[in-house]
Amino acid sequence: MALREGSRRLKLLFRLRHLPQLSRFVSVRSVSENVSSKSSPSETADDHLIYTPEHFALKEALRKIIDQEINPYVDQWEADGIFPAHKIFKILGNAGFLGVNKPVEYGGLGLDFSYSVAMADELGNIRCGGIPMAIGVQTDMTTPALARFGSDELKKEFLLPSVMGDKVACLGVSEVGAGSDVSSIKTKAVRKGDEYVINGGKMWTTNGTQADWMCLLANTSDGPPHKNKSLICLPMNLPGVHIARKIDKMGMWSSDTAEVFFDDVHVPCKNVIGEEGMGFTYQMLQFQEERLWAVANIVTTMENIIQETIQYTRQRKIFKLPVLYHQTVHFRLAELQTEVELLRSLLYRATALYIKGNDVTKLASMAKLKGGRLARELSDSCLQYWGGMGFTSDVMVSRFYRDSRLLSIGAGADEVMLGIICKFMDTLPRK
Amino acid sequence: MSGRVLVGVKRVIDYAVKIRVKPDHSGVVTDGVKHSMNPFCEIAVEEAVKLKEKKLMKEVVVVSCGPQQSQETIRTALAMGADRGIHVEVSGKDYETLGPLQVSKILAALAKKEDAQLIILGKQAIDDDCNQTGQMTAALLDWPQGTFASEVSLEKDGIKVVREIDGGLETIKISTPAVLTADLRLNTPRYATLPNIMKAKKKKIANVKPADLGVDLTSRLEVLRVDEPPQRQAGMKVETVDDLVSKLKDAGKV
Repeated sequence: MALREGSRRLKLLFRLRHLPQLSRFVSVRSVSENVSSKSSPSETADDHLIYTPEHFALKEALRKIIDQEINPYVDQWEADGIFPAHKIFKILGNAGFLGVNKPVEYGGLGLDFSYSVAMADELGNIRCGGIPMAIGVQTDMTTPALARFGSDELKKEFLLPSVMGDKVACLGVSEVGAGSDVSSIKTKAVRKGDEYVINGGKMWTTNGTQADWMCLLANTSDGPPHKNKSLICLPMNLPGVHIARKIDKMGMWSSDTAEVFFDDVHVPCKNVIGEEGMGFTYQMLQFQEERLWAVANIVTTMENIIQETIQYTRQRKIFKLPVLYHQTVHFRLAELQTEVELLRSLLYRATALYIKGNDVTKLASMAKLKGGRLARELSDSCLQYWGGMGFTSDVMVSRFYRDSRLLSIGAGADEVMLGIICKFMDTLPRK
Repeated sequence: MSGRVLVGVKRVIDYAVKIRVKPDHSGVVTDGVKHSMNPFCEIAVEEAVKLKEKKLMKEVVVVSCGPQQSQETIRTALAMGADRGIHVEVSGKDYETLGPLQVSKILAALAKKEDAQLIILGKQAIDDDCNQTGQMTAALLDWPQGTFASEVSLEKDGIKVVREIDGGLETIKISTPAVLTADLRLNTPRYATLPNIMKAKKKKIANVKPADLGVDLTSRLEVLRVDEPPQRQAGMKVETVDDLVSKLKDAGKV
C-alpha cells in the first residue's frame, strides 16, 4: 500500500523477534511504535487528569498541521536562521490555534488554560525548539495582558489580528542591561501631549525581525520601579524603530531573535494597555501561564528524545550487542523517563489547580526550574548514547541539546525560580 | 439538487504506525496502537462537506461501524463539517470478522432509512485494502457507482465523475441516487479547526445496532493465518546488459 513503508516495518519485526516473551508483560506501546505515533499509557482520554476528548481532538488536529506544514521544513528553516512566521501563524490562526484562551469577541475560543497546555504539549512534536517558542510568544507572552486589560479599540487593532494570525507579535521586556531584574529596564516613554516619545532599546526579542507590533514594557513615570512602568502596543513600522541585528545564537536557530532600538518613537497614548504604571504588575500576572506552557512543551520533546534514543541504540551495535542492551544505557533511560513522568505530574497538578482559580506561582516556578534542568541532563545523557552520530547536525538530539539549554535561562532563569520558591518557603534572608 | 449525503468513515490503524503481527498469527496488534480515520475516508468527508458548502447538498451524515472508539472517528468528521453522525455498534468477535459485505449491507439499509441521495466512501481502507464496500453498496441498492473519483461535479441531469483508472482518466455520467468512492486526488482534506472541534461536541451521534437494520453480521470469510511479508532479499549490481541477461537466465527468470 502506497501509504505504508513495508521495509521499515520489517526491520522492526525482526527486532521484535528477539522479545517474544516480553510482549505479554511489556506494554505494546513502548516496544513497537514509531516515535511520531506514540501514545503513552497516561495519554488516553479515559481517566486522564486534565485532558478530555476535546483536548485530544485539539492535539490531533494540531498534529496534522505540524506534520504537514511545519516539520517537513524545519531543517531548512534552521539552516536559514528564520521561519516564515506570517505564513505559519496564518495557518494556525485559521485553524483557531492562536486564540485558544482568548476572548470569543476577538476571534478566540474562550477556553481555559488546560487547552493551552494541550496545545503546548502537542507543539513539542515540532522537530526544533525555535518554532514552538515563537508560537508561545504570540499566544501566551505578548497577548494575555492585552486580552485582559486592553481597551476595545486596542484589542481590535492588535489582539484580533494576532489571534487570526494576520499580525506577528513580539515581546519587548528584556534589555541589554536588564534581564532577570525586569525592574531596572531603562527604556523610557515620555509623555508629550497625547503621545509618548520612546527612547531606549530591547534585547532577546523573539520574532523581532518579522513582527508587526511589540508588546513593550517601558518606564512611563519617575515613581518606584514596580509602579512606574506601562505596557504599550507598539507598531514596529513606526519611524525610529530600528532592528539593529538578528542575533546569532547557539540554538533555536529557526527563531529570529532581534536587538531593537527606539530613537524618538512617537506612539499615541491610547496604545497603553490598561492603566499607566501597572505594566510591571500585568506582566507578572501572566508568568504562571508562561512557565507552565514552557514545561508542557518540553515534556513532550524530552519524551520524543528518549524514544528516538531507544530506537537508535537498539539497532546500533557495540561489542556485538545493541547499545541499548548495555545496562548503563537502559537503566539511565529508565531514570530519565521517571523524571519526565514526575515533571508531567507536576504540570498536570499545577494546571488543574490553576484552572480552578488557584495561584500556582510556587508550583509553576518549581516546574520551570525542573524542566530547564532536566532538559539539560536528559539531552546530555542521550547525546552520549548516540556517540559520534550525536555530535553531528544530522540528528535531532544535537539540536535538542542546543535548543533546550535556553530553558534554564529564558522566561525566568533558574536562579529567579529558586528565589521565588525560597520566598514561598520563607527561607530568604530576613530584613 | 438538495439532498442528504451519507459518508462512511472507518477507524483504522494510523498510517504512520509500524504494524506488528500478533504472536499467534491471528491478526495484527491493535491494542494501544494509535488509530485514526482512514485517509480516503477523510477525502470522502471533505468532498461531502464541500458539496454542502456549495449548497448542492443539504445535510452530511457520517456513519461508522465499529466499537465505542469509532465515535472518535465520527467526531473528527463532525469537526470537519458533517452535520450529524450514526454509530453502528459492532464489537468483539463481530468486529474482528466485520468486512465489506456486512458494512455494505449496513450502509444500504441506512441509505434507505435516511433517504440519502448520495453515498460517498473512501475507495479502500488502508488496513485491508479491499476496495469493495463502495461497489457492493451500489449493487445492493441497485444504484450507479462512480469509483476512484478524482473529480466530481453535480449537474442538472446527473453526476459527472472523472475516474482514475490504470489507463488514465475516464469520465462518466451517472444518475442519482449514486455511490461514489474517493481517490487520492479528489481533494485535500481541511484541517479540523478548533472552533469546529468544540462545536462538534454538540452535534448528535445516534447509536444503532446492526440487528435494528436487519443486517446479519455472519462472515463468509475465515482468516486462517496472518504473516508479515518475507524479508526482501539483497539485490545484485551488474556491470553490463549482457551480465544482466546471463544472470536472469541463470536464475531461470528468462
